[in-house]
Amino acid sequence: MKENIVIIGGGIAGLEAAAQLLSLGYKPIIIEKSDHLGGHVAEWNCLFPDMTPARDIVSSLAARSADANIFLNTEISFVNKLKDSYNIMLSNGISIITKIILVTTGFSVFDAAKKEEYGYGVYDQVITNRDLEHWFNTGEDKRVNDCGMNAVGFVHCVGSRDEKARNPQCSKVCCITAVKQAIELKQKFPDAMVYCFYMDLRMFGKKYEDFYISAQRDYGVRFIRGRVSEVSENIDGRVIVKAEDTLSGKPVKVTLDLLVLMAGMVCSPDSTRVANMARLPVDSDGFLKSEDNVADIISSPKEGVFYAGACTGPKTVPETLAEARAAALKVHLYIKGLE
Amino acid sequence: MIYQGKQKIWADYQKEIPDNHWFYVRSCIRQNFFPGSEKMFLEICRNVLKKDFFETEYHTTCGGIAYHCDTIPQETVMTIVARQFALMTEAGYENYVASCITSFGNYAEIIETWREFPEVETRIRELLWKACRREFKIPKNLAHASDLIYKYRNEIAARAKYRLVNRYTGEPLKVVEHIGCHYAKMFPSKGVGGAEYPYVLCGMIESWGGNVIDYPERRHCCGYGFRQYHVKANRGYSLSNTYKKFESMEPYHPDFILTNCPGCPYFMDRWQYVIAETEGKTYGGNGYGIPVLTYEELASLVLGYDPWDIGMQLHQVAVEPLLDKIGIAYDPKEKYKGLNEKDLMRPELPGVLRCC
Repeated sequence: MKENIVIIGGGIAGLEAAAQLLSLGYKPIIIEKSDHLGGHVAEWNCLFPDMTPARDIVSSLAARSADANIFLNTEISFVNKLKDSYNIMLSNGISIITKIILVTTGFSVFDAAKKEEYGYGVYDQVITNRDLEHWFNTGEDKRVNDCGMNAVGFVHCVGSRDEKARNPQCSKVCCITAVKQAIELKQKFPDAMVYCFYMDLRMFGKKYEDFYISAQRDYGVRFIRGRVSEVSENIDGRVIVKAEDTLSGKPVKVTLDLLVLMAGMVCSPDSTRVANMARLPVDSDGFLKSEDNVADIISSPKEGVFYAGACTGPKTVPETLAEARAAALKVHLYIKGLE
Repeated sequence: MIYQGKQKIWADYQKEIPDNHWFYVRSCIRQNFFPGSEKMFLEICRNVLKKDFFETEYHTTCGGIAYHCDTIPQETVMTIVARQFALMTEAGYENYVASCITSFGNYAEIIETWREFPEVETRIRELLWKACRREFKIPKNLAHASDLIYKYRNEIAARAKYRLVNRYTGEPLKVVEHIGCHYAKMFPSKGVGGAEYPYVLCGMIESWGGNVIDYPERRHCCGYGFRQYHVKANRGYSLSNTYKKFESMEPYHPDFILTNCPGCPYFMDRWQYVIAETEGKTYGGNGYGIPVLTYEELASLVLGYDPWDIGMQLHQVAVEPLLDKIGIAYDPKEKYKGLNEKDLMRPELPGVLRCC
């Protein structure tokens, strides 16, 4: 079928949508600004709750979407609205005329350095969830001491549900990711004390609650309900964390070898750029605004422009994949309507 | 510690500080604690750096202590502050600099409140007019006096007679900086360097040759806290806060502590005596305490002023070991002589804390 379909973003939403469209007989075009496919998931080690290797998910998606026209290291220079289509100019000089744009630009990880009190970028032993996944993948990070890991802490909701950080939304995946990473660290360092500082635990997904119970019962991870107030460094380079245990009503202070900040999801600047170029509306949380947040989250208010994945708000991997499939079907029906 | 990480944050929190023409207001309590400090601030700004700093004997307290002790309502504090601003306006100034950290926080809070709620500002203007027939302009620039010394730190360094270097070892002195709670914790953007890693004192220490120590309880209150100390039953809490800080900084062996708040140097200085008497513990070398200086005192010392002329004898903790380390000349016999050689008499020596 000759209709051009431009998918902006080569993360898992873009790949799944492309795979579905290929199976429906279309030849979608994927525009990806980085040099690899898979987005954030490609940087992850394994996925909750079954510890599925992330690389398996990404390689499977990449294989299924391999017949799409894929432009890596390519950005959108501008988008022009024509009479009944869009002219998309790419950074490689190619211009594409299309009636269908599927935005799958995903999210950005909150810059944990903005929460200055946690000391990311200031204290050596403070890392983020993404840094820890990188270490799981490569084993390379001087901040993680293989030999002397006696105590580790996780801070939930870093840049999520935080008015001061201007991100009121819940990032959905951080609670369960912290549980997953806490278990993984306990598996690597069984004698280490592992603390999770949380304000709520939102274990909404399939098997999440089991995973959380297992973290406590089988691995001895300690969950402390209370936000961290400040982080500092002692003379031997370990980090000191002050928090309030709101269940016991007492302040707590622990000295850790490593502190992991669960940086949340924020709207990607790429989504904002595309929104500006294509004149798409942005919602109050900074993510792209759907036609309807309940009945039609994958449609934009613009003719021929659709969304899939975390460009409209934080989502889990299964949610993103399901949304990508729905978006592919929506595109298919839209093209049928044009005919 | 990643120093570049701090530098990045410092770069994000730089405030505009005009170079000249300031209306200066003093603190209620500093002249009783360390009387040389405010005098030396004006001496350095006016006579060393040749800047225009105006002050008037008609200004009053800002009401900050009563406000933070919950003994007067916010409207009263605002009207007092409005009168201070009226004095500035009448004197023809637009830049307002406060000696006191709590005053600075108070002014910042009130200006921000008026910006958010203009109807409150209108009400306060009415109250001020009814009370004393005065009108005012909101300052174009608000600064704490330590912001100004920070601003002039390199000019002072260029004129300095001494550097913050241990003359016996050639090593930079290890300095703990302590920022008053009301400087930037309420409004991080109003302080140089922000709230978490303030740079205002670090900048002075670095410019004058010292090394800054970051220790775990750096951010902790000195222990003064109005409702801790001024309510007699809470004084143990005040002392325990100070004790916590000293226990935390002890492993770093600081040569001295630099502060920018009226209460902090006083309590960190005097409570060392109490800790020594009650716990038998001292934190400096050879039984001495750790000297606690105001930034004006430190600026005066590096510029070469006589320690006894700037009131260093008012410190509980002996400053002589620090003066010796830097190589600052002083005459021990002159320590307790006042104006016209008046004998101020020697204070009784403590039982545990070693003093000169």
